[in-house]
Amino acid sequence: MTGTPLTHIQATLEDPRLQAAIYKASGRLMDHRRHAIDPEELPDFQELRTQANLLKRHTIENLDHYLEMFQAQVEAHGGQVLWASDGQQVADFVLELARRKQARLIVKSKSMTTEEIDLRDRLEPQGLETVETDLGEYILQLAGERPYHIVAPALHKTREDVGEIFSRRLGVPLENEPEKQTKIARAVLREKFLAADIGMSGANFLVADSGAVVLVENEGNARMSTTAPRILVAVAGIEKLIPRAQDLAVFLKLLGRSATGQALTVYTSFLSGPRRETEIDGPEEFYVILLDNGRSKLLADPEKRQSLFCIRCGACLSHCPVYRKIGGHSYPWVYSGPIGAVITPQFQGIQAAGWLPFASSLCGACGEVCPVKIELPQLLLELRAEIQKARARHSENRWEKLAFRAWAWVMRHPRIYEMLGMMAGAVLPGASPGDWRERLPRWAARGPLGAWISQRDLPPLPERSFRRVWRERLRAGKS
Amino acid sequence: MPRVSLFVTCIIDQVFPQVGLAMCQVLERIGYTVDFPEAQTCCGQPAFNTGYREEARQVARHFLKVFRDAEHIVVPSGSCTAMIVHHYPGLFANEPRWLEETGRLTPRLWEFSKFLLEVARVEDVGARYDGVVTFHDSCHGLRELGIKEGPRRLLGNVRGLTLREMEPAEECCGFGGTFAVKFPEISGGMGRAKIEAIRSTGAGAVVGIDSSCLLHIGGMLSRAGLDVRTLHLAEVLAQQ
Amino acid sequence: MPREHILHKVRTALGRSVGQAPAPAPAPRLRIPEVDAEARLASFFRRIESLAGKTFHAAAAEEARAYVERVVDGRPAVASNAPFLRECGITGLASVQTGFTAAAELRAACVAAACGITSADYALADTGTLVLLSSPEEARTISLLPAAHLAVVPRRRILTGLDELFSRLERPADQTSSMVLITGPSRTADIEQILIRGVHGPGEIHVIVV
Repeated sequence: MTGTPLTHIQATLEDPRLQAAIYKASGRLMDHRRHAIDPEELPDFQELRTQANLLKRHTIENLDHYLEMFQAQVEAHGGQVLWASDGQQVADFVLELARRKQARLIVKSKSMTTEEIDLRDRLEPQGLETVETDLGEYILQLAGERPYHIVAPALHKTREDVGEIFSRRLGVPLENEPEKQTKIARAVLREKFLAADIGMSGANFLVADSGAVVLVENEGNARMSTTAPRILVAVAGIEKLIPRAQDLAVFLKLLGRSATGQALTVYTSFLSGPRRETEIDGPEEFYVILLDNGRSKLLADPEKRQSLFCIRCGACLSHCPVYRKIGGHSYPWVYSGPIGAVITPQFQGIQAAGWLPFASSLCGACGEVCPVKIELPQLLLELRAEIQKARARHSENRWEKLAFRAWAWVMRHPRIYEMLGMMAGAVLPGASPGDWRERLPRWAARGPLGAWISQRDLPPLPERSFRRVWRERLRAGKS
Repeated sequence: MPRVSLFVTCIIDQVFPQVGLAMCQVLERIGYTVDFPEAQTCCGQPAFNTGYREEARQVARHFLKVFRDAEHIVVPSGSCTAMIVHHYPGLFANEPRWLEETGRLTPRLWEFSKFLLEVARVEDVGARYDGVVTFHDSCHGLRELGIKEGPRRLLGNVRGLTLREMEPAEECCGFGGTFAVKFPEISGGMGRAKIEAIRSTGAGAVVGIDSSCLLHIGGMLSRAGLDVRTLHLAEVLAQQ
Repeated sequence: MPREHILHKVRTALGRSVGQAPAPAPAPRLRIPEVDAEARLASFFRRIESLAGKTFHAAAAEEARAYVERVVDGRPAVASNAPFLRECGITGLASVQTGFTAAAELRAACVAAACGITSADYALADTGTLVLLSSPEEARTISLLPAAHLAVVPRRRILTGLDELFSRLERPADQTSSMVLITGPSRTADIEQILIRGVHGPGEIHVIVV
């Protein structure tokens, strides 16, 4: 991300085309979801949310047990499990594997986890061609950008953008028709699928009792990546575990509907190990890399560990009025929207991302739509309190803290509060709404008042506060 | 005659006293005696939302003291009500005495429209308002207190009033407390989306249950030069 | 060793010790609705059609064969080794190749094929889904590479939905390395949110129930 968060946000807010694209795309996703969870369609939606929350809580609270079970099952089915503390260890493993197998080409299906660790940037300089096969991700790979939204990664690109990217990077004649653009991508990627040595994927779920990787998708690129090449490597955060295959009856009903409004995505793959002896096709080698990368740190806080329940549906993004204005690239990390605002400061620390939990109006839409009932608004509030404490330790919020201390003191002394209210009315201009802009004294223009006025007017302050009106009413014998 | 105590909230006290007055008029009209504990100030939400919990607690303790003996407490704000009902218990989790005070007070605390419908059991307050209005669903009221149908039922009984829903109705106006001044560009952007939705209804007024939202929406409408007024629900119901 | 390191961090964070038994898991939630066979078939077809899939109800194997023949229309096609396809006479059709047991030959045939013909182990009525388990009878590539996928399914395999599937198939991993749920033709909306079919998987789906 270039520039400070604020410059990027400002640029996004000032781009009407981008604003319209974000708004329309997220609006569509919200509508689709609403239809899919309608009581006529899915009468037990709320019950399923509760069950999903219970299952995730149980799994996370007993994570070591399920991690070990998962590994044992994968191995029992002829696969291998690797453990990686960070992105470099993932890359090291893949590079070593590629070297041993003399692999040159990797095809990859969509995985936020691999974005998180910049996997391609670690592999490509070492001579390993790594091709994104999800259409949106492929477009972005060619453009050199990162995803804009979890389920709609290229929502900020027009067909003209795509045409230009394809013609420039693939050397094909300029084509602006999405149907034809898709055919171009299909042909190019098909060659890659069939020539690839290694297929890589993420995991929507890891199933502990089966040693299985579950992938949901609409295009077929995950199936291709996990069927055609000889070797399959799945990378997944340790929090992706669910206890049993049977629990998919709960999670699969929530994921598609919350993400795109689909009862089920076109393909759901349940992959447990390399091809069995009597099976005809499928990979011969199966590796699952379990990634920590800071997740074990989040586990330590009993309140905030629910951030790890996330099943990456993207619903909180689509419903967040802030996301809908500033878009995915305004967030400092690959995870954007409310879930990004909650986990980024925990992963990256307060210096890097302390502003993020404050960039929210706390409207609560995110918590309302989260399929696994993560209390996102509550977590934002907790993070705000923690961040202020941390800032206080470094004296970074000295003035603001002092201001609130003073404010709290005033609020405990009603007569002082009343007096200050009267003074404010006298000192600040009580003119008509628009006049505030001109008549605001210089010293006030830089602070909160100036910030308010930059966007909207203020009404004239009333002559008498309510309590004065009340007293007059009493005197006049009205009550 | 049954008694209610008003917690008018700092914003209505200082910026929109007419809302407090309207609330009194409506409550008296339906047969309540209204009192106003003068030591009241604020519920503590601004400090709490900004992450200053200790300061919020100080103000909250003052609130609990002031309203300790009130029979019913009526509040013309969803966000203040939600602050007290939903967040005070967490704030005082480690202070048993104040936790108990909170527990004793919250069952007696009501947001204004909920008080009318669920305690006073009144849906028609004999109001008259000639005009087309639209309604803004304030986030805290909507999502934390379930306030959606209630105000619409009350407005439905106001003679002469036509209600036109805005699309989308449930999207945040962009106020969000200190968010409005910490991230003014985003807040303004959200506000502009909201007033566009309001403008599209052709209504002459937007009605809501939270004056903080209305302050922000009103400011946006004025800056955009749109001739739409903001009215608190109490103000509409007070009209005859 | 990263494994020990990570497990140690996880246990410390959770306050759990090595080998400590987990808390009892919430019971699996499987609710199988009562839906009669007629309604199941109707729902199954309705769902597939709403996804732009084609459906056909064959009164007998012969009709299924005729339908497939019509769609294949003499173009190269690959059929899986599912016994049901043989029973329906589909494997005997002119341009249909079958009997593959080696991955390389199968792939070559699928690359050249216009149609892939399979059966299905189960079908889900409430979502219009085909469930295929990889086995000597059903290879994965056939329902994936060719541009059209035809599935010929005996009616009795239509279940009500996911809950019934996982009630019958508690642990798919015991039987197969790959179970895939197919719900409609391949699609994307990645460019300007415009819906386009047939991205990498088949863009055309025909489901024939006998």
